[in-house]
Amino acid sequence: MIAELGHFALILAFAVAIAQSTIPLWGAHKGYAEPMRFAETAALMGFLLIGFSFAALTYGFVNSDFSLRVVYANSHSDKPYLFKIAGVWGNHEGSMLLWVLILALYGALVAAFGRNIPPALRARTLAVQAMIAVAFLAFILFTSNPFERMDPVPVDGTGLNPLLQDWALAAHPPFLYLGYVGLSMPFSFAVAALIEGRVDAAWARWVRPWTLLAWAALTVGIALGSYWAYYELGWGGWWFWDPVENASFMPWLVAAALLHSAVVVEKRSTLKSWTILLAIIAFSLSLVGTFIVRSGLLTSVHAFASDPSRGVFILAILVIATGGALTLYAWRAPQMEPEGVFAPVSRESGLILNNLFLSVAAAVVFLGTLGPLLIEAVTGDQMSFGTAFFNLAFSPLMVMLLIAMPIGAALPWKRGDLPRVMKKLWTAAALSFLVGSIFAMWRSGGPLLAPLGIALAFWAIFGVIVDLSERVKLGRVPAGETLRRLANLPRSAWGQALAHMGMGITAFGIVGITAWESEDIRAARVGEMIPLAGYEIRFDGVERSKGPNYIIDGGMFTVFRDGEEIASLVSEKRFYTVQRTQTTEAGIRASLIEDIYIVLGDKQDNGGWAVRSYVKPFANWIWLGAFIMTLGGLLSLTDRRHRVGAPNRGKAAMVPAE
Amino acid sequence: MLAMSSPVHAVEPSEILSDPALESRARELSKGLRCLVCRNENIDESDADLAKDLRILVRERLVAGDTDQEILDYAQSRYGDYVLLKPPLNAKTILLWFGGPILLIGGGIVAWRQIATRPVPPTKVPPLTEAERARLRDLGIEADREA
Repeated sequence: MIAELGHFALILAFAVAIAQSTIPLWGAHKGYAEPMRFAETAALMGFLLIGFSFAALTYGFVNSDFSLRVVYANSHSDKPYLFKIAGVWGNHEGSMLLWVLILALYGALVAAFGRNIPPALRARTLAVQAMIAVAFLAFILFTSNPFERMDPVPVDGTGLNPLLQDWALAAHPPFLYLGYVGLSMPFSFAVAALIEGRVDAAWARWVRPWTLLAWAALTVGIALGSYWAYYELGWGGWWFWDPVENASFMPWLVAAALLHSAVVVEKRSTLKSWTILLAIIAFSLSLVGTFIVRSGLLTSVHAFASDPSRGVFILAILVIATGGALTLYAWRAPQMEPEGVFAPVSRESGLILNNLFLSVAAAVVFLGTLGPLLIEAVTGDQMSFGTAFFNLAFSPLMVMLLIAMPIGAALPWKRGDLPRVMKKLWTAAALSFLVGSIFAMWRSGGPLLAPLGIALAFWAIFGVIVDLSERVKLGRVPAGETLRRLANLPRSAWGQALAHMGMGITAFGIVGITAWESEDIRAARVGEMIPLAGYEIRFDGVERSKGPNYIIDGGMFTVFRDGEEIASLVSEKRFYTVQRTQTTEAGIRASLIEDIYIVLGDKQDNGGWAVRSYVKPFANWIWLGAFIMTLGGLLSLTDRRHRVGAPNRGKAAMVPAE
Repeated sequence: MLAMSSPVHAVEPSEILSDPALESRARELSKGLRCLVCRNENIDESDADLAKDLRILVRERLVAGDTDQEILDYAQSRYGDYVLLKPPLNAKTILLWFGGPILLIGGGIVAWRQIATRPVPPTKVPPLTEAERARLRDLGIEADREA
């Protein structure tokens, strides 16, 4: 019964979305207040309806209602509680429901907190948002109904894929969707602005918080997925340039570009047309990502339930949304006159360079991901574009971005003086060179480029510190004055500093783990000592035990350094009895210097066990950097001028009402 | 559903060559060869039987004294371009290989023209007139001394 109510709520939400996508547009066109206000009511109602529907499905999962086909196919009565809930989005139908729930959540947030947005722009934005909702609700109702019943009712479910029964992967989709779907907000704002034919500084100020939120959520989602791959897949890889990973990475890159270009629109009233284009592209890439994951068109290690008819439906949504928005753009964009004046050496130019690197980087990922498909369509030949391609084509762009980042951030608006900026930054350059040299001596034997990579990462980090200390006049004014200046820095400045520093930290981790990893693979007998990168690892045998819904073979290891015991690790092989599949849980001793990472393999013919041991230097800095980037994004979000729903003040009040 | 429902075992201890130099070459080569029956993995990471066969084949050829390039050529002749994770540069792939640089240069030219044709702000801001200063003082603002 509850499932039927959930289904019914979803149909109602579909009807509401149709009304929301039309009536407010007409109202905004005619200047009628009531139909425009309807957009808010409808957005809140749509959210409540979809929220109810989602709750109904969750109820089905938590209570193991196996008459529902998705519950039967993705749950089991003895699955731990947390994973019963995570099972709601651990399958195609439920994850699409989560997709529209988050879409509706964003709409409701605009309705509830967007009071300072002019009524016409707000009405149009919510209408565009509702068009997306119509498309995806139709997709769910007609191709992927999560409330389908089964008759007869099975006794028990087939269980959730064991690999998905993990906290990081349980949290991964909601964050990823908060990011993916969050980019629908800038998209809707962009399309609404194109309909109105006006983009101004105030517009950029309303768009930026949504972009920040989406970007921060995507950062968390991607980092969680990467961290999960690191400890769960069994050989400590953290990024595979897999189509599904690339699908989330492309919107991330474009969203990062959009964040920066929106600043230029807001502060200098220029780059408007480009920013609108980026907003359209960012969400289009989200749709491409959804298409890649849901269609199964590209072979991926993550291939989820795939069904050609579903793929075609999403492709149609993608073509209509992107095609429509771009047509509107081609028609309206030429009317947007650039206003700001700036010299070739200025922060404006720096941000244009940032946008150039980030968008070309996104294009390269796009080429490497979808290019093989195009080649196959044209020539019939299959090609593989693997890690080697991305290392060659993508990495140089990131190197250029990292080199330019501290310089661009230190340039003033309008007109800058490059020699003067370099004079400020020379300390950062010298310090990063020093750190690179220290690493060259400390970690000899790696690739020759590695110390340069370390120096580059630290150039980004020290660049931030030097820029901050310049801004607070460290050492040039009394300490009290410096502290006062530090406290008075706007939160967006702190956000920028953290985000840039996070970039450097992640780069440091990537260089470290890539350059100096060591490994040992052997058939180890019980009691055998494995020497590896200055450690000695003793294999103490394998013990069998029982988990909540799996059987454990736990390989026990003791790690010594200079004869002293420093850690005992357990590396598990889990056998899930329902699905009859195995997963590995690596035994990891994590530290900021290096991780000791041990994986137990199969029993060997000679009586020993296959044991893979790795030492992974600086691995955790990769995710630490991502975390700091996210913090930076969130801190910027709380800046007074971005605060969602902040009272109307300053410039926003100067925008003429319609 | 995720395809990798079994733990990834990749290189088995029994496959490893006793010569560490050859073995490290084998590992590098394996990372550049695609497991043809897998979703999207190289043969070094895959636990499929076919990947294992190919790993052993690579090692046999190394022991027989083949160069890295000879082994890649051999794999390509036997399984086609698809097996190479770093695709060869030819008419079909040239746009993908050079897409990034072309876009970077093209985008750079467009961006530069935008920047260069932009009116430049005046270097010297004309000093405030006494009337303007007076007006600022009335508003309670001391005219900026640094300007």
